[in-house]
Amino acid sequence: MHESADFGETPLILRPFWFLGDATLYLFNDLGRMGIFLFAALVGMFRRPFRLGEVGKQLRFIGTGSIAVIFFTALSSGMVLGLQGYYSLHKFGAEGMLGSAVSLTLIMELGPILTALMVTGRAGSAMCAEIGIMRISEQIDALECMAIDPFRFLISPKVLATLISVPLLTAIFDVVGIFGGYLAGVRLMGVSSGSYFNGMMQSVTNHDIRLGIIKSFVFALLLVWICTGRGYFVQQIRGAGFGAESVSRVTTQAVVLSSISVLIFDYLLTAVLL
Amino acid sequence: MTGATGRMRNTVAEPIIQFIDVSKSFGTRAKRHTVLDHISFSIPEGKTTVIAGGSGQGKSVTLKLVLGLLKADSGSIIVDGQDVVSLGRRELRQLRTRFGVLFQGGALFDSMTVFENIALPLRERTHLGEEEIRARVMKTLGDLELQGHEDKYPAQLSGGMKKRVGLARALQLEPKIMLFDEPTTGLDPVMTKDIYELFTRTHQRLGYTAVIVSHDIPRVFDLADQIILLNRGEVDVFAGVEEIFLSEKPYIQEFVEMTMGREGRGCPGEEKDHE
Repeated sequence: MHESADFGETPLILRPFWFLGDATLYLFNDLGRMGIFLFAALVGMFRRPFRLGEVGKQLRFIGTGSIAVIFFTALSSGMVLGLQGYYSLHKFGAEGMLGSAVSLTLIMELGPILTALMVTGRAGSAMCAEIGIMRISEQIDALECMAIDPFRFLISPKVLATLISVPLLTAIFDVVGIFGGYLAGVRLMGVSSGSYFNGMMQSVTNHDIRLGIIKSFVFALLLVWICTGRGYFVQQIRGAGFGAESVSRVTTQAVVLSSISVLIFDYLLTAVLL
Repeated sequence: MTGATGRMRNTVAEPIIQFIDVSKSFGTRAKRHTVLDHISFSIPEGKTTVIAGGSGQGKSVTLKLVLGLLKADSGSIIVDGQDVVSLGRRELRQLRTRFGVLFQGGALFDSMTVFENIALPLRERTHLGEEEIRARVMKTLGDLELQGHEDKYPAQLSGGMKKRVGLARALQLEPKIMLFDEPTTGLDPVMTKDIYELFTRTHQRLGYTAVIVSHDIPRVFDLADQIILLNRGEVDVFAGVEEIFLSEKPYIQEFVEMTMGREGRGCPGEEKDHE
C-alpha cells in the first residue's frame, strides 16, 4: 500500500524541508526495494526447478516477436545514416569513409540504444502491465501462498530471456543497419561498394564490438529490471493510484524511466569504456 | 448446514494460530490509520473460525498477517509453533506449505487453463509424474463438478466456477490450514449455497483448520465453531453465534441488529432456503 505525502500539522515555513526529506526517504526506500528485487530476480535464474519452457516462451515474445520492429527500425536508421553520412562526407571528398562512419555509429551507439528502446516499448511495457495486473488481482499473492517463489516462477525467466534476446537483437540491428547504409550510400548515392565494406572492416575493431555488446547487456538488464520491478511494486508506488489506473500509470512510468536510464547509462558506459 | 459444526463447539482444541498483542497501522506518520490495535486471540486446530466486521476493520489484513504477506508493527503471530513476524523469507515459504488460500477473486492465473491452474501446486511442489498429476487433477475436477471445463481459461468461467477452481487449487496439497477470503462475495444465493456445501464436504473429508473472512452474515456463522469480530482495531471472540447475542457491548448489539435483525434470525425477509 503506497503512502502519499502528507504534511499533517507541519508549519507552513517548514513544509519545503518536510517535502524534501520525505521525497529523499521515499527515493531511498524505492531504490532499496528495487535493489533487493534485482538481486532476487538474478538469484532466481539459478534456482531449481528451472523454468526452461517459460524462458522459451519469453524468448519468443521478447526476441522473435521484436525482430520485425528491429528490422524496420534498423533499416531506416541505416539508410538515414547512409544518406546523412554521404551528404556530410561528400563536402570533404571523403565518401570512402561512409562504411566506417555508418558501421561504427551503429555498432557502438545506435544499435544498442535503439534496440533497447524498441524492446522497452514493445516488450517492456507488456511485461510491466502483465506483472502489475497479476499483482492487483492477487495472483502474485497466490504464488506466495502456494510457497512458490514469484521471482523464480515469474520474474527470472523474463530477465533471462531479455538478457539473451537484446544482445542478439542488437546484432541483427547492426547487420540490417549496415545493409541499410549500403542501400542508401552505395546503391542510391553511388559510393563504391568496395570502399564501403573495406572502410568498415578497417575501422571496426574488436573493442568497438565488445563495447556494443556490453552496452546491449547493460541496457537489457536496466529495461527488464525497471519494467518488471515497477509492475511488481505497483501498489507501493507513490501517486500511482489504484486498480487498473495504477497499472496504466506505472507502465507509462516504467517505459519513460527505462528509456531515460538507457540514455544516461549510454553516456556513462561510453565515457568509461571508450 | 448448522448441524455440521455445532457438534465441534464443546470439544477443546489446541490453538494452531495465535495473535499475541498484535498491532498493524497504515499511512504516514502524520496520518496514521491503526487497523489492529494490540489484539490477541487464538484459532483452534481443526475448527472453523469466522472473522467478521465492517469494511476496513482489518479482516483481510488479519489473513495477510497470518500468511506473512504483511508484517505486523508489533506483537507475535504464532502459526503452528512458529512466530511469523520473525521468520525469514525461506522459513516463511516453508511455513506456507501448510496453507491453502481461497482468494476473493479466485486469483487464478489468467494465462493458464483450469487444468494448469489446479495442477500448478502439484507441478511446482511435488515430484509427481505428469500422469499422476493428470489423474489427481481430473479426480478433483470430478469432485468439484468441474468436468469438461479443464481446457477453459479463467476469463471463460463464471464467478462461482472461478471460486471452485480456486478451492480445487488450494486443496491440491491437502493443507493443514485453509484461509477463505470472502468466499461468497459476488455470488448469487444458489452459488453461495454450493460453495458452503463444498466447504462443509472438504472440511469434513480433510479436517483442516478453516479461517473464513466473510460479509455473508448471518449465513456464514452457521459454519463457525468460533467467531471473531473486529471493530476499530479491537477484537471480540465468541464461541458461537449464541454468545454474540449475550454481549452487552453497544457496537456488538448494533452489529447484531444491522446484520441479523432484532431477533437474530436473519436479515429481514431472508429465508434460510439453503438449509
